[in-house]
Amino acid sequence: MSEQSQLDEYRSRARAWLAEHAAEYATPREFSEAELVARSKAWVRKKFDAGYSAIAEPTSAGGAGGSAQQAAIFAQEEARYHTPTFTGVSIGFAMTMAAVKRHGTPEQYNHFGTLTHRGDITWCQLFSEPAAGSDLAGLRTRAVKNGDSWVVNGQKVWSSWAHHADWGILIARSDPTLPKHNGLTFFLVDMKSPGVEVRPIRQITGNSDFNETFLTDVVVPDGNRIGAEGEGWACCMTVLATERNQSRTGGSGRGDRPGSVRALIRQAAATPRDGGSALDSQAARAKLARWFVQEQGLKNFAARLSAQAKTGDPLPPTVALVKLISATLLQQTQAFLMDLDEYAGAFSTEEHDREEVFYQYLWSSALRIAGGADEVLRNQLAERALEMPGEMRADKGVPFNELPY
Amino acid sequence: MSFTLTEEQSLLRDQVRAVCDEHAQPEILRELITSNVGWREELWRVMGELGLLGAAIPESYGGVGLGALELALINQELGRAVAPVPFFSSTCMAAEAIKHAATPAQQAQWLPDLASGTRIATFAWAEGPGSPSTRPLSTTVAGARISGAKMPVPDAGVADFCVVLADRKGEDTLAVVELDQAQVGRTTLDGFDELRHHAEIRFDDARCEVLEGASGSAVVAQLFDTFATLQAFEQVGGAEGALYMARDYTLERHIFGRQLGSYQAVKHKLADILAALELASANALHAAASPGNTIAAATARIGSTEVYETAARENLQLHGGIGFTWEANCHFHYRRARLLALSLGSIEAWTDVLIDALADEADPSRAA
Ligand SMILES: Cc1cc2nc3c(=O)[nH]c(=O)nc-3n(C[C@H](O)[C@H](O)[C@H](O)COP(=O)(O)OP(=O)(O)OC[C@H]3O[C@@H](n4cnc5c(N)ncnc54)[C@H](O)[C@@H]3O)c2cc1C
Repeated sequence: MSEQSQLDEYRSRARAWLAEHAAEYATPREFSEAELVARSKAWVRKKFDAGYSAIAEPTSAGGAGGSAQQAAIFAQEEARYHTPTFTGVSIGFAMTMAAVKRHGTPEQYNHFGTLTHRGDITWCQLFSEPAAGSDLAGLRTRAVKNGDSWVVNGQKVWSSWAHHADWGILIARSDPTLPKHNGLTFFLVDMKSPGVEVRPIRQITGNSDFNETFLTDVVVPDGNRIGAEGEGWACCMTVLATERNQSRTGGSGRGDRPGSVRALIRQAAATPRDGGSALDSQAARAKLARWFVQEQGLKNFAARLSAQAKTGDPLPPTVALVKLISATLLQQTQAFLMDLDEYAGAFSTEEHDREEVFYQYLWSSALRIAGGADEVLRNQLAERALEMPGEMRADKGVPFNELPY
Repeated sequence: MSFTLTEEQSLLRDQVRAVCDEHAQPEILRELITSNVGWREELWRVMGELGLLGAAIPESYGGVGLGALELALINQELGRAVAPVPFFSSTCMAAEAIKHAATPAQQAQWLPDLASGTRIATFAWAEGPGSPSTRPLSTTVAGARISGAKMPVPDAGVADFCVVLADRKGEDTLAVVELDQAQVGRTTLDGFDELRHHAEIRFDDARCEVLEGASGSAVVAQLFDTFATLQAFEQVGGAEGALYMARDYTLERHIFGRQLGSYQAVKHKLADILAALELASANALHAAASPGNTIAAATARIGSTEVYETAARENLQLHGGIGFTWEANCHFHYRRARLLALSLGSIEAWTDVLIDALADEADPSRAA
């Protein structure tokens, strides 16, 4: 059988399996947080049992031992459904596993990979601190070696979904006498360890998806260190590159999903304006055309990256553009949806439920900050892709414990 | 669909780049402007010898028989160099029009000379101000005779024959006209981009041969999608040229004790251009892989037009005063980007093409 017909057959089997097992997710559904978490884990387990979890990863690490094409096919098919995925699953599958696979030992990858890909555990990211966001390497959380384990003290912040996560990826300072990027080490932390305290933070959406995480004398076995002592920064880079690349893999399945430019055009055409429709305005057309060019560009750029990607290879530095472009695009397109209805667009009524637009518009502001703010991404594009000089740094080469602030 | 270049495609690109490095250096461009020549015959000859002019022409008609992507890649390199050759007019527009609309016998008649480069052709659509969809056309065909005027027509001065968009009994049609006949008049125009000469052509009951393979406005619209896709690569190449010219200059230039390129205002400007360029390039590749897809072609056209203009303008800006001089190379892209932004219809015209196609797709009853 030719490769193509094998893939076609794989697709029809995946489609049939989803039709049977994902039927309850054919339309979007609202769940409580706790239920979303439970359903997300159960869904991963279901896929694991059927050989659809971590399709391209080896079976020794809880994957299905398949190909990248199969994984892409299944993802496309799954994208037709609204299957539950809480952030703790995606942090685990993509970001955590990228770091463990690349920087950890094969034993670590097999062990944590199996737990993750089977839906047993979910993850949160313990990177940012009150004084260390864009300047992540300025973090102060300390890890002190004590025999076969480490003792961690400090405060993390903006830890998304940490209140529901089983494990966390942690970056901490193991040697404050070194310049700041050099003295960092990367750990996997059981969130049930004594001394881990998670406190919710209220966001502008009214929800509390993220938290402050206090770490007080938390003991981490040395076996849960990923990479060498002092190699933490490289691990973080792997995680962040994966995080920034995530929006390219998500949600490209349906061209007409809500908020896509095609959907905006349909809505503008259906909005009466001066005897015609809102789509008659040349100003609206110009904006829509520009956004469509960006949206398609992101899709086609993603296709290009996938074609280039060979497993394990680091992503090209231009991947930073994905979040840079898509976050602002979301902000602008959601504002346009409100603009269409003029004054009334700022209100959600029974007839015109605008809660989703309100939410997406608010969320776009977080997207422009989280996982590399716009300005930081522009620096990266300039420095890594265009090979321009780095920023002037007052802290360059200075031991961390001699920095003034 | 794969977007990674094959080894042959990379070699082709490198080959064109090397040829341009030798035959389209900035000094040569300056000299061509001064001498008012407008094209480099030597470069054209070399391209012919290398088979580049017949890249996408079938082997049965004397070409090399490669695909649209190869043609596009050549165009991208020519765009980067602002190469002074009638490649887009002859190899992209005229030859592609003949491939789209001519009968096999007509293709056998016209294409081999274009593939070898022994003859040059161009394509004439515009009749003064107006977009590619402006109708009615005043140039008309009756039998084997054509009358009317076309302006602007690129590379008309060096072309031997021209594919002309004309009206035949109320229907769009394409006709080939030999330019060396008494009933054809050519007047060189005073153009904004002196490295691509244009002319007005008048047909006064001139002999012509109608392309009888296909006609009608749908065929013409499809042809413009092809042109827009191919030119998107020329624009992407030009934008790359301008972006890296700007990058290189800002690394050399020191201001207030540091490299100009170390200032964040400069880095962020170029980062934004790079991001737009990557998207434009991905869209162009997608369009090349999706022939007949108007949405893909218009998307490629708009993105590449905008990024080339931005790159060309900001490149000059970052050079400071020297950027405004004849001796610096910024003006080549600055003028070329403007010409290309207009040459197949403005951004506004293509915005309408794109938005109308998307609206029709959402509501097929609208299209009727
Ligand atoms: C919704 C959400 C979820 C998050 N989830 C997590 C999580 O799960 N785990 C985690 O560890 N973190 C998380 N974060 C934190 C996120 O990574 C940081 O907010 C981000 O790195 C920015 O850091 P900061 O908030 O300290 O802002 P700052 O670094 O203080 O930045 C403030 C402003 O300064 C700009 N700026 C910074 N540096 C420069 C520079 N060199 N030049 C010019 N401008 C600059 C920034 O672009 C920004 O506009 C989350 C954030 C959000 C909003």
